[in-house]
Order: sequence, then C-alpha cells, then structure tokens
Amino acid sequence: MIEVQTLRFGYGAGAPLFLDFSFTVKKGEAWTVIGPSGCGKTTLLYLIAGLNKPTGGKVLINGEQITRARPATGLVLQDHGLLPWATILENTRLGLKVRKFYGPDGKHSPVDVKIDPEKDEARIYYWLNWLGIEQLKDMYPTQLSRGQRQRAAIARTLVLDPDLLLMDEPFSALDAPIREELQKVMNSFHQESGLTSLTVTHDIEEAVVLGEKILVLSNSCNREPKVIENHISGKTNNRTDPEFIKQCLELRDLLAIRGNSVS
Amino acid sequence: MKKKATFLSSCTGIIMFFSLWQLAALCVNRPILPSPFVVVPLFLQNITGELGLHFLASSGRVLAAVILATLFAAPLGLALGQMPRLDRVIGPLIAIIYPIPKIIFLPVIYVLLGISDFSKITLIAIIIFFQILVVVRDEASGLKKELILSVKSLGAGRRALFRYVYLPASLPAVLTALRVSVGTAVAVLFIAEQSLTNYGLGYYIVIETYQVLLYPEMYTGIMGMGLLGVLLYFAIYSIELKISKHMFVE
Repeated sequence: MIEVQTLRFGYGAGAPLFLDFSFTVKKGEAWTVIGPSGCGKTTLLYLIAGLNKPTGGKVLINGEQITRARPATGLVLQDHGLLPWATILENTRLGLKVRKFYGPDGKHSPVDVKIDPEKDEARIYYWLNWLGIEQLKDMYPTQLSRGQRQRAAIARTLVLDPDLLLMDEPFSALDAPIREELQKVMNSFHQESGLTSLTVTHDIEEAVVLGEKILVLSNSCNREPKVIENHISGKTNNRTDPEFIKQCLELRDLLAIRGNSVS
Repeated sequence: MKKKATFLSSCTGIIMFFSLWQLAALCVNRPILPSPFVVVPLFLQNITGELGLHFLASSGRVLAAVILATLFAAPLGLALGQMPRLDRVIGPLIAIIYPIPKIIFLPVIYVLLGISDFSKITLIAIIIFFQILVVVRDEASGLKKELILSVKSLGAGRRALFRYVYLPASLPAVLTALRVSVGTAVAVLFIAEQSLTNYGLGYYIVIETYQVLLYPEMYTGIMGMGLLGVLLYFAIYSIELKISKHMFVE
C-alpha cells in the first residue's frame, strides 16, 4: 500500500531527518509512528500525504508516486481544522463539495468518484451518527468540546471514503478520558473497516493501543527503520493488563535509547 | 463572540438619546439648541420635500462609495493575504498610507477629477478602501496553517481554497470593516458636501440653514445625517447577523 523508498529529506542546511529511509506498509495494517519531538514524525506523515516533497527517494501509494496531495488519502490533524463559520454538518460536507467543485479529475478527487447527492448525504449522516455527534450537526465548532471537534474532523475525512487514513497527533490535545475514548473508537473503526492507517503520536500508550506495527524514529538522522510488531493493539481495553504495561515499558526503553529527550 | 443588539436595547437607546437632548435643550435654553419636540415634527414634515432630496443625494454618494471601495479593496486584500511575498513588497506602503487622514487630499482630488459627484464619491471610497483592504488582508493571512492544510487534504486546490476558505473567511471581515468605517464616510461626506454642490445634507446644514440662522431647519439636516449613519450601520449589522452567524452564537 505505502512504499517509502530511499527517502531523503531535511529542513534547510541542517543534517537530514531522513537518509535512504525505506519501509513498507501493507494494505489493512494499522501503524503508529512514535519518536521524540523534532524527530520528523509529522514530516514523514506530510511526505506520505504529499504535502511535503522529498529531496530524494520517493513515496509510492498503490504503486503511484506521490507528488501532491492524493485525493483518496484522508488526513486528520491535531488541530481539527474545521471551518469556524460553518456548522458541523456543513464542515462534514466540505470534502464532498470540493469533489463536486472539481469533478472526477483525478487530481483533486479520485477519477472513479461518483457524485450521488442522496448517497453522499446518507454517508454524512452515517458517519456523524457512527461518531456520536449527529445531534450536534447544527452547531458551530466553537460550541463543541475539543473531543467533539476531533470527532467532526474524523467524520469529515471518513465521509470521503479514503483508502488510507493518516493522523497527526489526533488526540494529544484532549483530556485523558476523552483521548482513551477516541482511541477505542478508532480501534473499533479499524476492526470494522480494515482501513490502512498511519498515526503519528508522542504518547507511548497511544502507540501501543493503536499500532499493530510501531515505527520508532530517533531524533538524529533516520536511516534504518525500527519497527516493533505489536499484537496487543486493539485487543485490550485494559491499560493495567501486565502484557500492555510490558509492551509500553519496552517501547519506553527503546525510545530512551533512540532519542535522548523522551518525557 | 459578539453580542447581539436586541430590539429592546435599541429602543432604550433611542429613548435615552431623545431624553438627554430634551434635557440639554431645557438647560441651554438658547435658539442654537432647539427641543426635539420642535425638530422631530419639522423633520417629518420636511423629509417628504426638499430635505428628502438632500437626504437621497447624500445616501447615493455614500452607497456608491461603499460599493466602489468594496469592489477594489476586497479582491486586493484577498490577494495580498494569500501571497505573503507580494504583501512583503506592498505592505510597508500600505502601513504608511493607512493612518494618513485621506480627507486632506480633497483639493487634489477636486482638481484632478473635476468638480463632480464622482470626485466626492472617490474621496469617500479611498477612505473606506484602506479600512477594508487592511482588515481583509489580515483576515486572509491570519488563517491557521492547519486549517489550510486540512482543507487541502480534502482535495482543495487554489480555486477551491479561495471559494471555500478565503472568501467565506473574509466576508465577515469586509462587513465589520464597512460597519466601522461608515461613520467616517458620513463625516467626510459632510465636509465634501459643504461646497461645490447644490444637493446633499452637508450643503443643507451649512449653506442653506446654518449660515442663515434657521436653527430648527439645520437640526432637521443634522438628524438626517445622523439617521443616514445609523441606518447604514444597522443595515450592515443585519447582513452580518445573517452571514456571520457563527460570531453570534451563545
């Protein structure tokens, strides 16, 4: 699904964040990316999303090289990015409006996209309902809690029926109970849909909860990807489970080796 | 979050205004400050006649200026807000011109554009132009990077960003800028109408009534001009209420 091949990227004249960096994400896998701040987690996500351009190497998704934002990739950012002047319903509809605006041009919306107002509308309500925010549809983002806004941002992305979901610290601005609630929501979403996903996080528990595979980055130049197989993901809701704690500790030790500023 | 003006609060304001006026008239007790009981009936009587024509002339000028200014300022502000590089070049110039009181160019504009309605309208338009330009530019450039990125990730290119983000983001700003600047616009109109025209409330107040000591009539002109400012303000405000609903939610 995602092939990152001999990727090279750096900001300005400093040491590159990635040098000949390669890894492959298979279809249906849920990945998390973790590392100390400044390690290039978000940069990697933006490279895969096509919002950053690599200075060397390439990113392929379904065999196609990414040179710009790909219409079938869904992206959820830490700051929900909802339009403040539009209601939740209108915000959820935004992606569909953009698709209608361009038509199926393959650049801004997938070539095979079919615009069917009734089905589109049904999908909007399906996801609003699935994420538990249908009753808030006529409210403005400022009237919602942070967790509800993030749910709306997820709904807006899922309405477009993406084949790949990228999330950048989606829950890190939330209070712990709401964060855990939303992690559960995303876990059950993954089990239901089998959608390929890649979530950037700095939170060890989150990485273990959401990632079937965990990519650990270091804050010096990344060459060899360090990937942990994590079979616990999605299987436990009990964070005091010894196995869960063990996995978290292992990850913590690994981060301590790879980065020297993990808090 | 802005506070909504209610019908009740507006009525209270009007009653207080006229009460104070009456009180002041009683205290001063000179012809220069007639009571509202004299002025208001006279105003209602005259507004259907000659005064009405002056009122229409003034309204027409302000409205034309508002439209002219918006047509030029809004697109330019949007462009500058989206193109930081262009803004870096032009920004310093705008920063210098913005605080200059544009009314001082009145003689220059009269000479360049001739003694016509167009020159008066242009003068007012220039003043509103800068107000709108700066507000729209700042609104467009102040949009969060994450907001733009996430809308881009929904597939939006430059055109869709303009249509779904920049335009709706700056429309409320245009209205707010207009609402704040109509007061200045009417003030400038008052000065511009004092000469080189035969119609307009500024002309009516200064030449036709003040200079011949018709104080009650002068006050009908003052009321007309005040009313023009108030009407424009609330007209824009009511459009704001419709368009910028999200700013008024509790």
